[in-house]
Amino acid sequence: MSMRALDVLIVGGGLHGLSAALHLARAGKRVTVLERSWVGRHASGASAAGVRTLNRPLVELPISLEAMDMWHKIEMIVGNDCGFNAGGQVRVAEDAKDLSVLERRFATVQGAGYHHEELVDRAELLRLVPAISPHCVGALVARRDGAADPHRTLLAFRRAAEAAGVSINEQCGVTAIERAGSDWRVRTEGRDFVAPVIVNAAGAWAGEIASMLGDNIPLGLKASMMMVTERVAPLLNPVVGVAGRPLSFKQSGQGTLVIGGGLQGRADIKTQRSFVDFDELAKGARAAVDLFPCIRFVRIVRTWAGMEAKTEDHQPVIGASPNGNGVFHAFGFSGHGFQLVPVVGAILADLILHDRTSRPIEAFSAKRLMKREAAA
Amino acid sequence: MSRRVDLLIVGAGPAGMSAAIIARRHGMDVLVVDEQIAPGGQIWRNVDAVSATSLGAVLGKAYTEGADVVSRFRASGARYQPRTQVWQVETGPKAFVTCGGVATAIEAGCLLLATGAQERPVPFPGWTLPGVMTVGAAQIVLKASNQIPEGPVWIAGCGPLALIYAVQLLKSGGQIAGFLDTTPPGRVSSNISKWAKATLNAPIDLMKGMSWMAALQRRVPFVRHVTEIEAIGSEKIERLRYVTASGESKVAAASLLLVHEGVVPTIHPTLALGCQHIWNSDQDSFAPELDTWGETSEPNVFVAGDGAGIGGAIAACLRGEIAALRIAAKAGHISDAKAATAAKPIRMRLKRALAPRAFLDSLYRPRPAVFMPTDTAAIACRCEEISVARILAQAGTGHPGPNQVKAFTRAGMGPCQGRQCNYTVAHVLAASEGRPVPDVGLYRVRPPIKPLTLDELSTLGTGGAAS
Ligand SMILES: Cc1cc2nc3c(=O)[nH]c(=O)nc-3n(C[C@H](O)[C@H](O)[C@H](O)COP(=O)(O)OP(=O)(O)OC[C@H]3O[C@@H](n4cnc5c(N)ncnc54)[C@H](O)[C@@H]3O)c2cc1C
Repeated sequence: MSMRALDVLIVGGGLHGLSAALHLARAGKRVTVLERSWVGRHASGASAAGVRTLNRPLVELPISLEAMDMWHKIEMIVGNDCGFNAGGQVRVAEDAKDLSVLERRFATVQGAGYHHEELVDRAELLRLVPAISPHCVGALVARRDGAADPHRTLLAFRRAAEAAGVSINEQCGVTAIERAGSDWRVRTEGRDFVAPVIVNAAGAWAGEIASMLGDNIPLGLKASMMMVTERVAPLLNPVVGVAGRPLSFKQSGQGTLVIGGGLQGRADIKTQRSFVDFDELAKGARAAVDLFPCIRFVRIVRTWAGMEAKTEDHQPVIGASPNGNGVFHAFGFSGHGFQLVPVVGAILADLILHDRTSRPIEAFSAKRLMKREAAA
Repeated sequence: MSRRVDLLIVGAGPAGMSAAIIARRHGMDVLVVDEQIAPGGQIWRNVDAVSATSLGAVLGKAYTEGADVVSRFRASGARYQPRTQVWQVETGPKAFVTCGGVATAIEAGCLLLATGAQERPVPFPGWTLPGVMTVGAAQIVLKASNQIPEGPVWIAGCGPLALIYAVQLLKSGGQIAGFLDTTPPGRVSSNISKWAKATLNAPIDLMKGMSWMAALQRRVPFVRHVTEIEAIGSEKIERLRYVTASGESKVAAASLLLVHEGVVPTIHPTLALGCQHIWNSDQDSFAPELDTWGETSEPNVFVAGDGAGIGGAIAACLRGEIAALRIAAKAGHISDAKAATAAKPIRMRLKRALAPRAFLDSLYRPRPAVFMPTDTAAIACRCEEISVARILAQAGTGHPGPNQVKAFTRAGMGPCQGRQCNYTVAHVLAASEGRPVPDVGLYRVRPPIKPLTLDELSTLGTGGAAS
């Protein structure tokens, strides 16, 4: 019997693939990442990189809060601060109606025993974000939240993974997967790879990979858009979102304003290209100038859309495959998976090394989505 | 608020105006948009107002000739919308524009991009210092507001525009501290065969070039075959260092340095549209791949003028006319056969107009340091202040393409959207990886192709009500 050269094959060189690779390699596994384009080509490189627990669904809070602790010591984990700035996240209410929505959220979170969110009045909001339009009436705040730099994060996870012995193959797209005894044989545009364990972290294309492995998981597609302006003088430190409006607004370390908020562009999953829809993006510009009237004449220099898989309940799929032995999924982050990157890698390492994890991940099972499909 | 026109022409230069005239002749509904305040494009900028003045005499016949095309364009019945910036073009075709602070979309049966050329960026140590600018920018100021720089000017570069501007500057009473001709030696003799073909077909143009050069050599310090330049100063340029053909390094006081190393087609719009491009090795630049009518790989999107490959004003007019014939035929205004017949004599004239190109391209081909600065401390991306050395260092880790270099160094992320550094990054990666430049390619273009303000974008779809 020939010795296996590989323990784990990871499909997808986005942040989730890299994080899983890093945790597994540090635990002594021989790991190879297969990436069709280049590391960070899709959601991870296009991300707003908001590191946010604020307003997350309750089921995600346990792992999200753990991830937040990891972000606060990210330099110890990957050897670089990833441009993480814990300037806080702020969710603004523009009127009494929106404020009552925030109040309800606050009550729910407190009721569930979480204390990372805080309700602040107009005076405190203006202190936190002096540039904000004075019509705003209050906000929900998570002071330990913040944002990172997606490219520095990618570089840091890549370097840490490689230093731990991970082999990263770019321009290496997976075209087919079949069983080879108790192993999986993964065919790519180039050579074949064989390993007993596969991690499916293929982002927008994770549904395709899942079906190659025997899981039929219905997935939608997101093509969230971003815009970035020229550099301006320091304007704000926290990341600002708004209740009831498509806006997420922050200033990068370079001084550019980075504006997103989940407005959807168009995506073509086949050609792997995504397109900005300017009629939609105009809504984001309107929200931005309404909230920050002082930036009206700042120039937009770049816009883009990034592709990611979306599930029906907007919760990710994290865990072992129901049908494929030795197959583990991590995808469907539905537009908010950046913050979870450090912890999801740890969860996958738990599952692959020990067959279980102490973290609550029941809500993220692939089965929940497949059952619904069967019933339909 | 989306408008619809049969033909949208972007750019009211020689190509755009000529196309509009022909398309109107065949009864099409034509809209021409341009960011300038008057028709004419780069070469005939402001010619309406200037041709009969003393400035017109300074700028010369090749300039004042434009007045005739402009007046025919004005009389053609094409709608003309000046002060209008096109900031995005999409399949459809569809263009997004801003005018007076309001953004709108225009849907077109056909889109003709007649957006001309841009000056080739020339990275060298100190090129980002205030007091260093391009010859083209200086000439815009002359044409638009009849202003010349105060005090003596250094001009460094290669190509007809540097020579023409130097002559125009002297005629307007300006002073030239010195002209540093960066054309490498032996260019005329090594291109004798092309020269013969060129002179046979268009003697006047070439004789003009020769006479400018002779005039300059008589009147200003003229240093030939300069190999390197450097601008030195703390807040602005104070001194200029240059290296002569014999390898001697010289330093001179300088308060203004104008540089020019030729022009390259403007391809941001066709890149944004995802059109196919080809590498033009004679002109060391990319150009959109076009059929014989100027249609790109994207249906109903045409390119005419210098944007199709540098050919000069006469060729631009003719290419505009040829494209307009095909566009009229596609829209059913004339038959294909009629369009082909009408295009025949124009194609003959185009061939003659382009005949001197091969010679001019090899005569004025920039020296290697223009593409890849010898001093790697030179800035490549001026928006983000990223040096050539930083790009080289990034190239050393793996085999990144331009997009990865952009992501990791921020080169190309500034307001110019990579127009100033895309070729430099391609050349640096090509040299360090031993690959040809066309293989490396350029940055993926991310919209908008020209910056617009948040306020302008916020008006899109509201008819200006949000403003
Ligand atoms: C515009 C935008 C803004 C966002 N903002 C935030 C935010 O503020 N906060 C937050 O927490 N999250 C945010 N997100 C979400 C977050 O970025 C993603 O959840 C996260 O990056 C997903 O990482 P991934 O590794 O799963 O996916 P990806 O980075 O997309 O990686 C998947 C990789 O798989 C590769 N692949 C696919 N098929 C194959 C194949 N057959 N063979 C080989 N490789 C293959 C792809 O090429 C790709 O590189 C945002 C997302 C976008 C698009």
